[in-house]
Amino acid sequence: MDWQAFQVSISLALLTCLSLLPIGLAIAYFLAKSNFVGRGFIEAVITLPLVLPPTVLGYFLLVGMDNNSFLGGLFVSLTGESLAFSFVGLWFASIIYSLPFAVQPMLRSLESIAPEIREAAWCSGLSKWKTFFKIELPLAWPGIITAMVLSFSHTLGEFGVVLMIGGNIAGETRTLSIAIYDSVVAFEHQQAQSMSLILLAVALVTITLVYTLNRKQARVAVL
Amino acid sequence: MLEVNLQQTLPTTLDVELNCEKGEVLALVGPSGAGKSTVLRCIAGLQAPQQGFVSCKGNTWFDSEAKINKTPQQRRVGMVFQNYALFPHLTVMENIKLALDVDKGMHHQHGHRLLEQVNLSGLEQRYPHQLSGGQQQRVAIARALARQPEGLLLDEPFSAVDKVTRRKLYMELNTLRRQLDMPVILVTHDLDEAAMLADSLCVIHQGNTLQQGSPEAVLFQPNNVAIARQVDARNVFTAQLVEHENKLRLKWYDYLIDVANTSHFKVDEPVHWTLSPSKVLLHQRVRKSRGEHENPLEGTISEMVSLRGITTLILNVEHTDGRSLQMDLPEHVAMRNGLKIGETISVSLLADAIHLMRE
Repeated sequence: MDWQAFQVSISLALLTCLSLLPIGLAIAYFLAKSNFVGRGFIEAVITLPLVLPPTVLGYFLLVGMDNNSFLGGLFVSLTGESLAFSFVGLWFASIIYSLPFAVQPMLRSLESIAPEIREAAWCSGLSKWKTFFKIELPLAWPGIITAMVLSFSHTLGEFGVVLMIGGNIAGETRTLSIAIYDSVVAFEHQQAQSMSLILLAVALVTITLVYTLNRKQARVAVL
Repeated sequence: MLEVNLQQTLPTTLDVELNCEKGEVLALVGPSGAGKSTVLRCIAGLQAPQQGFVSCKGNTWFDSEAKINKTPQQRRVGMVFQNYALFPHLTVMENIKLALDVDKGMHHQHGHRLLEQVNLSGLEQRYPHQLSGGQQQRVAIARALARQPEGLLLDEPFSAVDKVTRRKLYMELNTLRRQLDMPVILVTHDLDEAAMLADSLCVIHQGNTLQQGSPEAVLFQPNNVAIARQVDARNVFTAQLVEHENKLRLKWYDYLIDVANTSHFKVDEPVHWTLSPSKVLLHQRVRKSRGEHENPLEGTISEMVSLRGITTLILNVEHTDGRSLQMDLPEHVAMRNGLKIGETISVSLLADAIHLMRE
């Protein structure tokens, strides 16, 4: 059992899902409120990582993180280190990779709030921020939890993108799924099995959570 | 006083002028899609018209010329939405507390007082989905009043409840309104509801306010035929004004009808006239009275319907090419006089109640 890989995976998944809470919420809120012509395109771009082969996404991210590119160059000038093949690079890639898993549930739950509820809050004297924290956030909460759980488990299981931009550096970019692959290639089936069982258990727990929360949200929507 | 003047051409036409005094209930009546809710939204600050002004208690809420457009939060307006829009994740008390102006030193005691006012004491801890439609409406009213608003707006507040509850809520609103000293605007498409609850009626059609006045004036003395149609005036006919024995009289087929008020009209002018069905008097068959000299007509009863003590008759008036006149009379009068379909009766049209209109 590669505990180092386990630690990298958990840290990456936690950091990604925590980062996606404000990022996803901001994007979902913006999309839920606006109705401009290019909205469909923006939604498509956000959903793209869901349908794109991970290797293709990984390739583009790798090109984007190259030291000669704008983003890679900026990172080097700020930190003196390369963005590609680093934990930070992996973290950044995971945010992009899991973005649709965070934005979609948040967007759906924000959209399910009737506009009159928001307007009733304004007419009751609540500022837009207060309306967001006291009305919209609690009503969209099941969707937000779903988004967090999905982005956590999705990051935990990511393989193609990690392989493309993370390489396989122990303690830095070697995640559990890469370690499983390594074990299988090296015929260490016992180790591959125990690590796979851990990922299976995590996936089962998270999906159960998502379904339970979705049922709760459906009940709220009926009110 | 709430003064509203709105003009807009897009996305929908709006040409609205209405005034609502302190303590007055003004009903904004019109068919679906007439722009009633848009007017309320403009007053509440949820939507801005292209031009106009909205002011309440001397405070300007909207003025297109002075570029003033206060937010709903700044307007101190209480709004009851059509489906109440209660916050589903909060209890009744929490719904109300959220709207209480804590900054101005309002105590939560006030929340309990409001619930008492709308007869909801004891349901503080219930959630909106655990309440009946009528109870939800009361919570919505209490929440709208929690802010101590300068004006109260009710958007079709009775449309989401059944008929029995509705009648109970009418009574409650009548009691409640006597305790309120703010302008109240009630949006409804139900004329009976408007006439029952409001002090003043304003008819709106395709975004234009056509007439504002007392329910009696708007329903029975509409300014023109278009308004008469909107308020579903039941007896509207065309006739000509003629001079007869030094007086202007209505020439309606073979009849010369006396009209009390003919000012603003001239001789030979084609006019429309209307008369409330309750102002057509039945001539008693047994005991004749003096009133029988006032615009007497004869006709045959072609239809009779009784509802809640009132009998409506449709009378085919003789010598009028089959024109029919509607009249309402108490059910017991219809019974006592033995009225039946097919019978010929004679009636009087009250000269005072005949109202003349131009096209």
